[in-house]
This record gives sequence, C-alpha cells and structure tokens, in this order.
Amino acid sequence: MGKSISVTDLKAWYGDSLTLKGITMELDANRATAIIGPSGCGKSTFIRCLNRLHETSPGAKMEGSIRLEDEDLYTMDPVDVRRVVGMVFQKANPFPTMSIYDNIAIGLRLGGIRNRTELTDRVEKSLKMAALWDEVADRIHTPATALSGGQQQRLCIARALAVEPEVLLMDEPASALDPVSTLRVEELVEQLKESYTIVIVTHNMQQAARVADKTAFFLNGELIEFGETTGIFTNPVDKRTEDYITGRFG
Amino acid sequence: MQQRHNFDLALRELKLKLLKMGGDVQEAIRKSIQALQGLDAEVAQSVVDGDKAINREEHEIEDLCIRLIATQQPVATDLRKIVSGLQIATDLERMGDNAVDIAKSVIRLRGQKLVKPLVDIPRMAGIVDQMISDALNAYVESSLELAEKLAPEDDEVDHIYRKMVEELFKIATNNPSVAEQTMSLAFIGRHLERIGDHATNIGEGVIYIISGERSDLN
Repeated sequence: MGKSISVTDLKAWYGDSLTLKGITMELDANRATAIIGPSGCGKSTFIRCLNRLHETSPGAKMEGSIRLEDEDLYTMDPVDVRRVVGMVFQKANPFPTMSIYDNIAIGLRLGGIRNRTELTDRVEKSLKMAALWDEVADRIHTPATALSGGQQQRLCIARALAVEPEVLLMDEPASALDPVSTLRVEELVEQLKESYTIVIVTHNMQQAARVADKTAFFLNGELIEFGETTGIFTNPVDKRTEDYITGRFG
Repeated sequence: MQQRHNFDLALRELKLKLLKMGGDVQEAIRKSIQALQGLDAEVAQSVVDGDKAINREEHEIEDLCIRLIATQQPVATDLRKIVSGLQIATDLERMGDNAVDIAKSVIRLRGQKLVKPLVDIPRMAGIVDQMISDALNAYVESSLELAEKLAPEDDEVDHIYRKMVEELFKIATNNPSVAEQTMSLAFIGRHLERIGDHATNIGEGVIYIISGERSDLN
C-alpha cells in the first residue's frame, strides 16, 4: 500500500535563487496528485525534493520538512529514500546496454537479491504491473533499446516498481509519447494508485484532469491552489488558477 | 496577456446568439398574447410559423457549443459558460414552444366571444416578459442580483396562475357550456407559468456560471 506524504514549509534553492517559497501540503496515500503550473514554477523541483534528488544538484539546498507518514525523509539514508520514493522521468531512460530483464533486475541485485527464481518472479511481476509483460514476455533478454518509446517508458515504470516503493513520482511521464502510448500510461496510473501513492508533474492540463484525484497549481515557487481535481477544473477558487487553466496566461 | 483571442471571440459569438434567440422568443410570446387579446388567428399563425427559426437558432447554438467543447477543451468559467449556454438555449427553445402552444389555443378560440375580460393573462405575460429580460441581462452582465430577482417574480406568476385557474373553474362550474374555453384559457396560463419556470432555469444557469454553485430559484 502507498503512504501519505506531509510537506511542511518546504523551501528550495538553486544557489541564491529561491525556487520553492514555503510549500505546505498533504499528498494522500493511494491517490494520484497532479502538480501543474507554467515552466519555472517549481513543480519539478518540488518532486525532486520528495525523493532527495534536488540536493544532488550543485549549489542546491532545501529547508522544511517532508514526512512519509511517521518517517522524516531527510533523516533517512538518501538511497533508502529513493527506494521507497521511486521516480519516472520525462524521457524514458532504460540502461542502453542492458536487456529488458537486466534493466529491472539490476535494482533488485543492488538491493541484495541474488536468488535467480526470485529475481525472475520479481521482474515478471513488475512488468505485469507496468502493463508491459504481454508485449515482451517472449523477448525479455533482448536489448531494452529495441522497444518503442512508449514501451521504454513503461519499462522505466516497471524498473521503479520492482524495488517495491511506497510512492511513485512521475515527471512529465507522457510528454514524449504518442497519444496511444500516453493513454496507456494514464490507464496505468489509474491501476497503480491502488498500490502506490502517485505524484505526477504535467504540462498537459487534460492529462491532469483525466488521471489525478487531486491537483495542485504552482506559480513562481508558491502553491496557489490545491484541491480535488474536479473542483480545480470546473470551479477554481483563485483567479490565477482560473487564468492558467483556461489558457489566459502561462 | 490575451492568449486565446479566437476562443474569446467564439464565446462572445455564443453570448450574442443567445441574446438574439432570447429576443426572438420574447417577440414570439408577445405576439401570441397580442393574438389572444385580439383573437387574431393570423398573428397566431405567424407565431406558429416562426418557431422553425427559433429551433434553428437553438441548433446553431448547440453546434457552436459542441464545436468549442471538442476543439478548445474548455475548463472552469469557460466550461460553465458553454454548458450553461446549451441549457439556456434549450430553455429558450421550450419558451418558444410555449408561445406556439398559446398561439394554437388562439387559433382554436377563433370566432368565440371571451367569457371574461383578459386581466390575469396579460399581467402574467408582462411579468414573464420582464423575467426573460432579467434572465438575459443577468447573463450578459454576469449579475447575481438580477438572477436572484427571478425567484420573487416567479412566485408572483405562480400566484396569479393559481388564482386565475380557481376563477376559471368557478366560471366553468356555473356555466358548463364555456368549459372548453375556460380550459383553453387555463392552459394559456399554464404555458405562461412554464415560461416563468424556464426563465428561472436561465437564472440558475447564470448563478452557476458566476459562482459555480447550484441554486433553486423556482
């Protein structure tokens, strides 16, 4: 099952530039939350803070608290954080020299799993959860780079799921995909939230409206509005949200 | 910065089409009452004939709204304006049908002498005419105040209608030979009362556009 995330007064900097100006929000367990906002609003920085990727950028720092239920993410080992808070990026990034199988198995091997049967079972389970198994079952030892873009992205989702995270972060996961692959990823989000907490950053407002239970609108590093997706897209409270989602600025 | 110029133009077009249709419906209702007052079958027939144009206006508004939903993916206020626009067009079309029903009653009353002077029906017609104006102005001006004014106006129409029906029943009881005519007049009252209800629906649509809240003015 997924876990909820509590973010309190989160500030993030790149050098002297304050990118997030004190974000406080609760991300519900087993629900999909979309983060929307114009370029540079801090939405990617926000999710990079959630799995401690932000601090790996040169000159980057953060303040505030992020808790995964009762655990403080910033007192945990960052490697453990990235296991429980998985991430999928905008561009599918399978390990180019590895097979489909090894792309998934490598994270498990690094986690100490050596038993071949267990590895194979976990690889199969992950591919099934990412709705890719039926398409690759007969060629899992072929190079991952031979897959289509949409399949590669689902492989990356399978790779993130293999280590059994509690939370799955998705940074523009479908922006490089064709409409059919996009819909497959969106359907997958719908299924995955039964087992995981999903946070999805997207520029595609219709995608947020389709997949997310809750939507947060960021602007200039601030959380402007956060609520049920239906409310945000039919009757937003803040004029800036209205102007952004109706395309009047941004 | 204005970034959806064509979309905004299309929304303005929607507003103008609804206003034009509203004006045409008001005119049809006025003519149907004018026909009743003069028992003028020719004017009544022109209301019946004019309904096709009103129906066509409704279809044009529907087509525009469907096109905007399909091509512009409207959300928030834009979406509420378009969805309410569809509903307003439907209510206006129904009002047009009510005007036709009144006109058809007038055609059936041709050659008869009215059993009583017309007092309540013209009064109701005056109020519902004002209600349609208020509903359309509420829409144009995004005025909650005008939309909410429709509730007491509708109450008054309902009150006159009930009183009028009671009176017509009494007349019919005392003189069964005029029962058919009193029934026709009661139906005309009923059509005006329904027009009032459609005007309150428009008011509710306007309140939804402005606030996103559902309301009941009826």
